[in-house]
Amino acid sequence: MLKDRDRIYTNIYGWESPFLDGAQARGDWSGAKDIIKKGPEWIIEEMKTSGLRGRGGAGFPTGMKWSFMPKEVGERPHYLVINADESEPGTCKDREIMRHEPHKLIEGALYASFAMQAHHAYIYVRGEFISEASNLVKAIYEAREAGLLGKNAAGTGWDFDITLHRGAGAYICGEETALLESLEGKKGQPRNKPPFPAMAGLYSCPTTINNVETIASVPEILKRGGHWFANLGKDEKNTGTKLFCISGHVNSPCVVEEEMGIRMKDLIEKHAGGVRGGWDNLKAVIPGGSSCPILPKDVCDTVLMDFDSLREVQSGLGTAGLIVMDQSTDVIYAIARLSHFYMHESCGQCTPCREGTGWLWRVMTRMVKGDAEISEIDTLLEVTKEIEGHTICAHGDASAWPIQGLMRHFRPEVEKRIMAYKRQNKKAA
Amino acid sequence: MKKSDALGAPFQPETFEFTDMSVVEEIFSRYPKGREHSGIMPLLDLAQRQVAVTGPYGDYPTGGGWIPKAAMDKVAELCGVAPMKVYEVSTFYSMYNLEPVGKYLVQLCTTTPCWLCGSSAIVKACSDTLGIGMGQTTADGYFTLMEVECLGACTNGPMVQINDDYFEDLTAESMSAILESLKKDVMPPSGPQNGRVGSMALTGPTTLEKRAKKAGVS
Repeated sequence: MLKDRDRIYTNIYGWESPFLDGAQARGDWSGAKDIIKKGPEWIIEEMKTSGLRGRGGAGFPTGMKWSFMPKEVGERPHYLVINADESEPGTCKDREIMRHEPHKLIEGALYASFAMQAHHAYIYVRGEFISEASNLVKAIYEAREAGLLGKNAAGTGWDFDITLHRGAGAYICGEETALLESLEGKKGQPRNKPPFPAMAGLYSCPTTINNVETIASVPEILKRGGHWFANLGKDEKNTGTKLFCISGHVNSPCVVEEEMGIRMKDLIEKHAGGVRGGWDNLKAVIPGGSSCPILPKDVCDTVLMDFDSLREVQSGLGTAGLIVMDQSTDVIYAIARLSHFYMHESCGQCTPCREGTGWLWRVMTRMVKGDAEISEIDTLLEVTKEIEGHTICAHGDASAWPIQGLMRHFRPEVEKRIMAYKRQNKKAA
Repeated sequence: MKKSDALGAPFQPETFEFTDMSVVEEIFSRYPKGREHSGIMPLLDLAQRQVAVTGPYGDYPTGGGWIPKAAMDKVAELCGVAPMKVYEVSTFYSMYNLEPVGKYLVQLCTTTPCWLCGSSAIVKACSDTLGIGMGQTTADGYFTLMEVECLGACTNGPMVQINDDYFEDLTAESMSAILESLKKDVMPPSGPQNGRVGSMALTGPTTLEKRAKKAGVS
């Protein structure tokens, strides 16, 4: 269990002012000059020491990602782009940072940009987050007024500013290259890689894209040292603290910061008031946002919440958005609804995803009723394999995984429903 | 909203002008010189908001924001791109309304986390209170109901978005009460409807208890 003194986010529920007065009282913006004085290499090394892995879902080591940027600034400027297009079902953590801790994000953006020699950062906020964006804009304006942004930002000698760009309702823009396309005023369709954004990203300039939580963690890591962060968590590959979002069939859903590698059961029981009707009433949990395969109760009994532990059970930490389902849940519909989501949000660029996600949803809809043949389960799984890995971005994979997870653990339930439907129709006939 | 009806609103005004060009200038100032195309999305949003404020076009009975084709052409002209580039954007993103919508656009999240917490009852409460189904607008042009995908407030589900605001932790009763209030043009307080503080557990803080006490939260 994480101790209060090791928490990064002390105003995550908005008890205090999110703005500069409150933020500075919580320690934000203190010692900015000293950190910048230590230089970009020191910052990147400290981030590597911390073991911080990207908080947007993929879990790529942040320090290493930053080191991919060209060391010297050439003709083209460098950019930091912050991904605040939080749309993965089950995930609502970046929202809390933007509306209640915006200065952690702004301060983190300064250090990250300096480390990568960028003078400008863009924050891409999902369009629906209007009050969150307006809090963030207000924080940016007051930071500018206080000299924390602009020329010689925070007295560090580094010129730095931030622009907020609002999306307009497209999940796919959370994919980093789709986000860049959208930022350039186009349809959000992912780009082919290479070239990777570190070489040619926003406006064809070297660009690094990081998640909100990743950047907002940076100031605390640099102030307390990479070792502090690395000592928290499960092991050297799963370090630090993490914001978990617990939704669905729990007694008191919440967003909470906990230590990486906490036992899932402890997380749900300590912070979310336990599963409705008690732990034994648990049916399944989607552990990391909609694209991570579902886990049945017997796995949930013991599994730890970190990147590698969840990978070992053929799922993932993703964004750490837990969707909890009790025994009353129609788990087939729960996954079918996600198939609808992926169909709706496919950008339409790659055929396997554009056609496949719709096909998956149509078959899943029949499975919900039981109006299918048992053999179609294998056909369905085969099609998910044909989509997975055959598209430009991971949206295709993400549409395949929930169904694969369902069939891995709940196939008997799907078969039972098909048989029941058959029996019923025979009777009717 | 079906995107296949792109640019197919029954009434299209001939021309469109932004009422406040200083806002347009401010939008362009956010992006580097020569990258005016980055202004397409904020300008479309601005146009939609302007239509919502200036009210109905012609005798179209609605006050909700939408983007007429003339506005897209204006955005293209200002950004120095072909109109088709703007049509591509306006038809791709779900938040741009290509047809008039009600004064209060009620977007209901029915994705899995909200569904688990009872979004179906919220959908029913809306339909029962307003007498319309998904994708429909009330005859007086006051309300449009729209089913949407995850709005990113999962720990506060079920929830809906009405115009710019989130209404969270809903029950059928609180949902109906919100709609009844809007019928009288009274905007009820947004956020959690069950007395919760943000995304903190309803039962009280499980972390940072000392700070909570100091801030008067329990």
